[in-house]
Amino acid sequence: MPDLPIILAGVINGLLAGGIYVLVAVGLTLIYGVLHIINFAHGSLLMLAMYAVFFLFKPPVGIDPYLALPIVTGGAFIFGYLVYRWLIGRFNHGRDENILLITLGLSIVIDNAALMFFTGDIQTIDVPYAGRMVELGAAFLPVPKIISFFAALLLCGALGLYMARSDTGKAIRALAKERQGARLVGIDVDKLFAVSYGIGIACLGAAACLLMPTFYVSPTSGHAFVLIAFTTVVLGGMGSFAGAAVGGFIIGITESLGGLLLGEQLGQIGISLIFILILLLRPSGLFGGKG
Amino acid sequence: MAPPRVSPAGPPMLEVKALVAGYGAVRILRGVDLTVGAGEIVALLGSNGAGKSTLNNNICGLFRPFGGTISFEGEPIAGAASTRIVDRGLIQVPEGRRVFPNLSVRENLELGSYRRGRAARPRNLERVTTIFPRLRERWTQLAGTLSGGEQQMLAIGRSLMGEPRLLILDEPSLGLSPLLVEEMFALIQRINADGLAILLVEQNVVQSLAIAHRAYVLENGRVALEGPAATLAEDPALRRSYLGH
Ligand SMILES: Nc1ncnc2c1ncn2[C@@H]1O[C@H](COP(=O)(O)OP(=O)(O)O)[C@@H](O)[C@H]1O
Ligand SMILES: [Mg+2]
Repeated sequence: MPDLPIILAGVINGLLAGGIYVLVAVGLTLIYGVLHIINFAHGSLLMLAMYAVFFLFKPPVGIDPYLALPIVTGGAFIFGYLVYRWLIGRFNHGRDENILLITLGLSIVIDNAALMFFTGDIQTIDVPYAGRMVELGAAFLPVPKIISFFAALLLCGALGLYMARSDTGKAIRALAKERQGARLVGIDVDKLFAVSYGIGIACLGAAACLLMPTFYVSPTSGHAFVLIAFTTVVLGGMGSFAGAAVGGFIIGITESLGGLLLGEQLGQIGISLIFILILLLRPSGLFGGKG
Repeated sequence: MAPPRVSPAGPPMLEVKALVAGYGAVRILRGVDLTVGAGEIVALLGSNGAGKSTLNNNICGLFRPFGGTISFEGEPIAGAASTRIVDRGLIQVPEGRRVFPNLSVRENLELGSYRRGRAARPRNLERVTTIFPRLRERWTQLAGTLSGGEQQMLAIGRSLMGEPRLLILDEPSLGLSPLLVEEMFALIQRINADGLAILLVEQNVVQSLAIAHRAYVLENGRVALEGPAATLAEDPALRRSYLGH
């Protein structure tokens, strides 16, 4: 058993990692809340965004991943919006199950296209600040993780505020529960479905920028995050913003402490354990309504 | 309180002609003609399943009619998007209220002016809460936790936020206590007195005819009876089918 300061360091590291999980999970839970489907393309689109950050960093462009954040996030929003408009909205024929299948098909196509065009090699970017550390008690905290933590929190906070205060945010929340009522007050339901999907994907764009300074990308690197994001969303309660936030941090800490106590290889077991426990004990999640 | 028995003179605002509509292969409406003039209350009566809500939802762009025409203030609107129809000021308070259960009373009202009347939102919030002081008391409460009567007030309040030129009310008294039903009809008459045209769908035949200028009775997807409300109230066929004498 490691002593207290080391555990504390593990908790802080887990919290820092959790920021990104929250961001990815908020995107997933938003799409679920509005469209009532799991976005199976979530991991593949995150991977695609990570490649975008990678190629933007490489010559001839050479943009720092943090500076690329507005571009990649905006690009991801547009990409998600168009995917909904051209693919999901066109071929779902009004059935939620079809949306599920479309996103699954989309992820298969994206994964294989990535394999074909980018090869299966692992790619990384070298930013000068990658190895910089801040000392906090017994913990050495990588600067990029601190940045990603606060940036993720800030972005989620801004999104939460937007959903709470703006007319578009209110309309999206209204739509999630009462589509016909939304149509009758003149809300353009199809457009806002596309906007919601776009916002969910924009979260991935931002996450990709915050991840790349310390992470690698390969055609399969989205998968790890989807499992985590899905567990987070189930833990927090499907469709709940607050749930995704709290869930993301719990998962981050679990993973970090699991790694500390069981070794890096087994660290993820804790996440699967949480997943099983929550399904057994409280299937509606921490912040979910009735299950 | 004697209701006005003569329709306010005016050109028809809403004109439905030979409307055929239904779901998939099923025809529900088989050629319906109906008009609502400026300033009028027009009652649309008919038994359960007669197709009243189908008519409303086709007028409001939730469904695309199979045939016939609908025009509002001279513009054809059959098959137009619901967003465009709201833009023009033709707004429906649907059967079952359809308030946003996960939003507060205030947010529900605000969304009533999502497309129309946004500039006048603060003033209209004032106006609606003057009409329904109860909504002010429930201001931050989620709409899903309101009583049926309060939800109906909210649904009507939400529609008024969009500054309607013509309001369709689909069974506003459904599920309300007798006392609230009385209040509801008085209220409908009051908002009509301000000049708002109203198409009132009801099963409450006597009370509807008492406040309406004209009325239609829908049966088997067709208009079976129509005329001034006072005349219909005395109609033997109507009395037999709906009043049991
Ligand atoms: N969405 C729908 N899909 C299929 N059939 C419907 C739908 N809505 C209503 N109907 C059918 O259309 C008929 C008319 O219903 P409706 O217009 O709701 O009648 P009313 O409002 O007069 O009670 C009924 O037989 C009903 O079962
Ligand atoms: Mg009906």
